[in-house]
This record gives sequence, C-alpha cells and structure tokens, in this order.
Amino acid sequence: MTTAMSAAAHNSAVTATDDGVLRKDRLGISVWLSMAWLAGLTLAAIFADLLPLYDPADTRAGIPLSVPTSQNWLGTDSLGRDLLSRTIYGARVSIVVGLTAVLLSSVVGGLIGMLAGYFKRRVETTTLFAADVLMAFPTMLLAASIVAFTDSRGLVTVVLAIALIYLGPTIRIVRALTLTTSNREFVLAARSLGSGNARIIRREILPNVLPTLMSMMVVAVAGAIVAEGGLAYLNLSVAPPTATWGSMIAAGKAKLDVSLYPVLVPGGALFLTVLSLTLIGDTIQKRQARNLGAI
Amino acid sequence: MTLVATRFARLVAVLVAVTFASFCMVSLLPGDIVTSVLGADATEEARAAAREDLHLDDPLPVRYVRWAGNALQGDLGISYRTQQPVSEAIGERIWVTLELVLLSQIIALSLAIPMAIFGALRPGSWLDRMLSGVQLAMLATPGYLVAIGLMAIFAVKLGWFDTTGYVHFTDDPLGNLKSLLLPSVALALEQVAIYARVLRTDLVNTFDQDFIWYARAKGNSTKRIVLRHALRPSSIGIVTLSGVSIGRLIGGTVLVEFIFALPGLGRFTIDAINNRDFMALQGAVVVLTVGFVLVNFAVDILHGIIDPRTRAEAAR
Repeated sequence: MTTAMSAAAHNSAVTATDDGVLRKDRLGISVWLSMAWLAGLTLAAIFADLLPLYDPADTRAGIPLSVPTSQNWLGTDSLGRDLLSRTIYGARVSIVVGLTAVLLSSVVGGLIGMLAGYFKRRVETTTLFAADVLMAFPTMLLAASIVAFTDSRGLVTVVLAIALIYLGPTIRIVRALTLTTSNREFVLAARSLGSGNARIIRREILPNVLPTLMSMMVVAVAGAIVAEGGLAYLNLSVAPPTATWGSMIAAGKAKLDVSLYPVLVPGGALFLTVLSLTLIGDTIQKRQARNLGAI
Repeated sequence: MTLVATRFARLVAVLVAVTFASFCMVSLLPGDIVTSVLGADATEEARAAAREDLHLDDPLPVRYVRWAGNALQGDLGISYRTQQPVSEAIGERIWVTLELVLLSQIIALSLAIPMAIFGALRPGSWLDRMLSGVQLAMLATPGYLVAIGLMAIFAVKLGWFDTTGYVHFTDDPLGNLKSLLLPSVALALEQVAIYARVLRTDLVNTFDQDFIWYARAKGNSTKRIVLRHALRPSSIGIVTLSGVSIGRLIGGTVLVEFIFALPGLGRFTIDAINNRDFMALQGAVVVLTVGFVLVNFAVDILHGIIDPRTRAEAAR
C-alpha cells in the first residue's frame, strides 16, 4: 500500500481523471476521514484494556436495553452489558480475523498464482482447475461447514475458514497479473542476462504483481470482516462470551422491537469500517490504473 | 463448436471434481456418522447394521461412485434426521431460494440501469459523483445489515410487512411477493452498486465512439441515442456479471434466509451442518455447487454468442 501511495504522491500536480476532467490530485476528505476512523478503531481495540471502559462481559454495566446515557455512552444490550465497550472489544476479533485471513490467503494464493502464471503448462492447468473447484463452493457455506465440523470455534479455525474463501480468487488474479508481466520485455532482458527463474520471479515479477495485489487486499479485508460478521451471526465464529460484531447484531435483532441500539452500534461500526476500507482500496486502485495509463 | 466441446469436457471434469471434493469433505469430517445418525446410546448390533446399511466399510471411491450413480438418477439418499428423501426436501426449498435470487436480480437491474445511464450522461457532474457515492455506500453495507435495517424500519416500526415467514406462491401470489420483497431488496443493494459501476464505465466508453457522434449529428434525441444505440453495445459486461452473480447468489442467500426465517436451500444447508445430517448436507452442497458451475458454463457460452471476439480469445 505504501508503495502505491508514494508513487501516487510522486505524480501529483494536475492529472486527468478517468472521466477526462482535470482535477488537483489530492486525497479527498473522505479518504482522510476513512483513515482516521480505521486508525482510531485500531488504537481503541489495541488499548481497550487501558481505556476507562466497562468489562465487555459485565452484565451490571447498566439497565438492560437502555438508550445512551452518561454512564453507557452508546446504551446497553439485553443483558445490561455496555455496547461501547463490547463494540470496541468486538473490533479486536474483526481486525485480527480480517487482517490475518487476507494476509494468509494472499501469501499462499499469491505464491501459487505466481508459480502458475510463470511456469504455465501443466502447473497452470492443474492450479486453475483446483481454484475453479474451490470457487464452486458457496463461500459462506464453505466457511460455515469448516467451522462447524472442526468443532472448534477458536480464532484459528475462523481465520483458516475465511482465508480459504479468498484463496481461489487470489490465485486466479495473481496468475493473470503474472502472465501479463512475464510477457514484458524486461523479463526477457533479465533472462537473456542469465537470471534464473527464482531470481526473475523475485526481482521482476513480484515487484510488478505486489502493488495490485496489495490494493486488492485492502478491499478483501473489508470482505473478510463482513464474512466474519456473517459467521458470527450464524453463531459460527469465535465462541461467546467473546464479543464479536456479528453475534452482537444477531442478539440485538431479537430485541429490535424494544431498542435499536444493540443492532445500530455494532452495525454502524461494521458499516463505517467496511466503507472506509472500500473507499481507500477504491482510491488506490483508481490511482494505480491512472498511473499505468500514464506510462 | 469445438470450443463448446472443450468447454463441455471441462465442465464434466469440474463437476466430477466438485462432487467428489464435497463427498470427501463430508465423509472425512470429524464425528462418527453412525453416532450422529443413531445417537450415542445405540446398541452394537444397531451400529453394525447402520454401517452395513450406509456402506460405510467400503473404500471412499467405491462409495462415491455408488452415490454418484444414485444421484444421477435423482436419488440423493435419505436424511437420517427427518427420514425424508433428500431430493424431496431440496425440491421443496430450492424454489424459495430461486425466487429470491430472481426477484433480487430484477430489483437490482431496474435500479442499476437508470443509475448508470444518468451517471454516464455527464461524467464528473455532481449527479454522477453523488450516484457513485451512493453506490460506494451500497457496496460497503453487508447484506445482512441491510436486511436487519429494512426489517427494523418496514416490519417492526411501520408494520407494513411481517418480520418473518414465507407464503407459498400457490396459496397467495401477492402475499408470496410481499413475504419475499424485503429479503430481495436486501440481496439486491450490493448488486445494484456492482452493476451500476460496470454499466456506467461501459456506457462512458460507448458514448465516445464515432457511431454515437454520428447519431447525435443526425439530430437524434439523447433518449433515443441511449436507448437505441448505446445501451446494447454496452451491455456485455453487465450481462456476464449478472450471470455470475446469479450463480453466486444461489449459495449466498443463507444469511438473508436466516434473518427472515425463509425455508430456503441456504437455511436447509446450515441446519444440516448444525444437525450433522450428512446425507442432507451432501445433497445440498452438491446441488448448490453444480448449480453454480452450470450457470457459469451457460454464461460462458452466452458470452461467446454476444461477443464473438471472446471466442477467439478463449480458443487460444
């Protein structure tokens, strides 16, 4: 991400956007707000233990289903637990699952995809076939059955289940990127200078695949957080009493006729997080496309 | 035709691999099938009889071939939990899911096409930027959040709809539509954003081509240019995409079915997972994956028919 950003900053001044309008190439206020939200949420989640919050499992934090008060800034759930505290602690699960699942699938899928796109022939056919088979399974059901059947609702199982969702698409995309890169002149040049396959992949292919992969990872993290929320809604994510946004939303849905806050607070946090990630990923992708067009 | 033939061969290979993979997945899962069928306190004789009955002592490939042979004849086995044939149970539920998918596609396209047209007519205008902002927000809202939001507003607060429950089409066509409207909208919103973005980009590109300028020079109205000249050549992207999302959605309605308590295939699958109902799960997963693969195959072929250039590309 940093490479893409600094590259974009380098070409700043006035550039034509995709619709042909000349505009100053600055990051909009929405992107800055997105980054601020993500940074704030991450910091709050990391230092949650140091913040003056209620214990997320404390059922005596306030009157059950209360509206925001001076004691419970964002209200309480049906068991009288503080929603602000539970949302911040729930962010831990979302952030950890989102980041590690996408990182895992990007490293594994990226490696497989690069090998497939570089060596072509049998390697490529086999990998693509496997990716197709993997992608034929409905994502939610694949993740749900893995969590349900391994009978362990720990963080690791959830991360693996969600990483598996992104493995197929990552392999396909990285393979396509590698394919176009490996046809470029500088790869031929490197080969004629006597570089081996390992060196070409590391020095020529990887730096060209990485920026695009990274910008897609930003959007994928948003998808992974949504998927974790979905699993948690089905009661198939990290086991209670750990607070997760999905399980909070599911619990709040049952009391929708009494109070909106139990759904609104974790739902709002989820929405803002996903919106921020989508916005940032979108901006990076647009800039990359424009920079590519400029070459 | 050779292309269709190779595609078909590939389709069969993928189908075999997908069904075999799901068969292995279900079979290799921890937890004894016999225990989940008979309960923990079954006698040793009953257990042995059940093992015999389910052919559990045969090697996996043998069991797969036997199962696949039966499946090809429409026999997906019997759910040990409800004693109902799995194919019958799936047959009852699949229409709910298909109806949901179809309805959400109609809603998504009828919202996305006007949005894309108004955005593409003046790229960069305030309207265009506002629409793309709205689309981004739609893209960022998970379907289950939309579903609960709609439920909170229209069912709980305003009381226009029932919060849960499904009315059969044959009982009451209008009531059926009413019971599926909120879930369909919840599924549609994300699609709206994706479709509108793709169609807008394609339209902007089309508007820049010579034949559009020519049509404009002849004095055609903007409306006529959009509807008669621009929309059709710009529609390849959105047609392909809607095919792909129909395939995706067939397995993606789980959460919405759960939230609105609809008796669809997604809910059936999750119930099968939670109840360790192996036969039912096996059947449902196979129907979902095969459906997805077949829809994708149809889209591939359709794509080749709409745009001949892709045929040459794919043949290489």
